[in-house]
Amino acid sequence: MRAFTYERASSPAQAAAAVAGTKGAMFIAGGTNLLDLMKLEIATPAHLVDVQDIGLGDIEETDEGGLRIGALVTNTALAADMRVRKDYAVLSRAIVAGASGQLRNKATTAGNLMQRTRCPYFYDANMPCNKRAPGSGCAAMEGFSRQHAVVGTSDKCIATYPGDMAVALRVLDAAVETVMPDGKTRSIPIADFHRLPGDEPQVDNVLQKGELVTAVTLPKPVGGRHFYHKVRDRRSYAFALVSVAAVLHDDGTGRVAFGGVAHKPWRVEEAEALLPEGAAAVVERAFAGARPTGQNRFKIALAERTLAGVMTEARS
Amino acid sequence: MSAIGPDGMTRRGVLATGAVTAAMTATNARARVTGAKSDPAAGPTPMPLTFEVNGKLVELSLDPRTTLLDALREHLRLTGTKKGCDHGQCGACTVIVNGQRINSCLSLALMHEGDAVTTIEGLGTPDDLHPMQAAFVEHDGFQCGYCTPGQICSAVSVLQEIAAGVPSHVTGDITGKIAATRAEMTERMSGNLCRCGAYANIADAMTQIAEAQS
Ligand SMILES: Cc1cc2nc3c(=O)[nH]c(=O)nc-3n(C[C@H](O)[C@H](O)[C@H](O)COP(=O)(O)OP(=O)(O)OC[C@H]3O[C@@H](n4cnc5c(N)ncnc54)[C@H](O)[C@@H]3O)c2cc1C
Ligand code: SF4
Ligand code: FES
Ligand code: FES
Repeated sequence: MRAFTYERASSPAQAAAAVAGTKGAMFIAGGTNLLDLMKLEIATPAHLVDVQDIGLGDIEETDEGGLRIGALVTNTALAADMRVRKDYAVLSRAIVAGASGQLRNKATTAGNLMQRTRCPYFYDANMPCNKRAPGSGCAAMEGFSRQHAVVGTSDKCIATYPGDMAVALRVLDAAVETVMPDGKTRSIPIADFHRLPGDEPQVDNVLQKGELVTAVTLPKPVGGRHFYHKVRDRRSYAFALVSVAAVLHDDGTGRVAFGGVAHKPWRVEEAEALLPEGAAAVVERAFAGARPTGQNRFKIALAERTLAGVMTEARS
Repeated sequence: MSAIGPDGMTRRGVLATGAVTAAMTATNARARVTGAKSDPAAGPTPMPLTFEVNGKLVELSLDPRTTLLDALREHLRLTGTKKGCDHGQCGACTVIVNGQRINSCLSLALMHEGDAVTTIEGLGTPDDLHPMQAAFVEHDGFQCGYCTPGQICSAVSVLQEIAAGVPSHVTGDITGKIAATRAEMTERMSGNLCRCGAYANIADAMTQIAEAQS
């Protein structure tokens, strides 16, 4: 691990200013992704700003009848919150489908959103990777690409966003609240938070340097039945090959987002409008622009079967 | 990861010289050091840490890179907690911090100012075993024993998490009361790998304690 200096911030504004004003500075929350990357020297911050003392650890009800989830709320606390379990079950389900009990006790809402890809070449400093070393090439395209994205890819990068929580947040139309180093705040719809790789795969999301995530807000409950089905190589403690987050209503309408298939949670509103016609119609539309490799083409069929399974369960 | 530090010292050397004191005399370990800071311009220097380990107040001076795991093992010589992968993938380093199990390899020691850490040494002693330790012995919940301290710290926490109503991936109705079934326990233990494959016996040990508690 490269040497770094360390400080604990005492307020969101101070944390944002500290990261913006210090060369090579980064926030650290639970540390479960950043320290992993620092040990491999894929992340090499010169200064860490620990945000654990800045508040933001609570889940509050909003005036609009939804919830505001503080950025520091742990994955365990969020999944266990009775309001979330009752009204936003897809979110609880997605969280507990990810990582392990130990990791979820440390992982924070903001850190989870910000987690980096699990592309094995991104983790291997001996291999070309445009996300880790812009311009060096992409080892995955000619390499093992079974885990990689099938849709929304670019000629520069075919990595996936690996997280589960954000896929549920996408079907729930959540928004990410932030504070800038100059004190200004903004609210970013979750649909716009993560980027597609395009020509700049090194940029995962739209946050600016020093911009601190303060909360994630959920609109008022949408009703329906909530599902998160995750398909992976082992039954627990593994990242998704494909996941489906869905909220389905008795009349056959609903919302659906896919995980493990793109550089961001993948939801196509025109596709989910086809839910009454069945899973095949939805997947055909949602993956219309897909450019799979020979090794990961199966993910499209898997997405259809996983969604079909969810729809069968919803009718039972 | 490079084994040689920026000053040419080996990493282990840096860690060992960072150790200053392990004292029980600290006055106010629980006070948060909000605002604690090492000067970025001056470069990395050791920073003080005061926390509670197995009920004792401990003061250390540490290179900021030191993980909680290395602080426990290399500085406090509490070698019960094991390093398996050092990347959050195996659970051998599981300890209980402020009542919650975490992977000590993916946490900086400095992030635990004022915290209360319980390691396998703090759960029970050879003369006075924690019930979960005794159940592991009774059910042969290990072979080589390398994963065992992490398994036991996790197992104790898992039963608390079930009692506290934290849902899991296999929970049917996540709004209802959660029973300590074998399926619930094994899913929640998936963050602790065992190369010797003692899983079935670990589940037996946990079942015995869960039944005794219910
Ligand atoms: C073995 C293993 C298995 C895993 N499996 C899964 C899985 O199946 N599904 C899944 O979804 N995840 C999985 N994870 C990832 C885990 O969920 C993330 O590591 C965790 O959510 C990150 O949260 P953190 O608080 O620890 O983030 P940190 O590591 O502290 O930070 C991550 C990033 O977020 C930034 N950051 C933190 N807080 C803020 C803030 N408030 N504002 C702006 N930036 C911020 C940091 O600068 C850093 O860049 C796994 C991890 C491991 C190690
Ligand atoms: S897919 Fe993206 S992250 Fe993986 S090697 Fe290619 S550029 Fe890097
Ligand atoms: S050593 Fe920490 S999880 Fe493996
Ligand atoms: S007892 Fe040997 S690794 Fe678990």
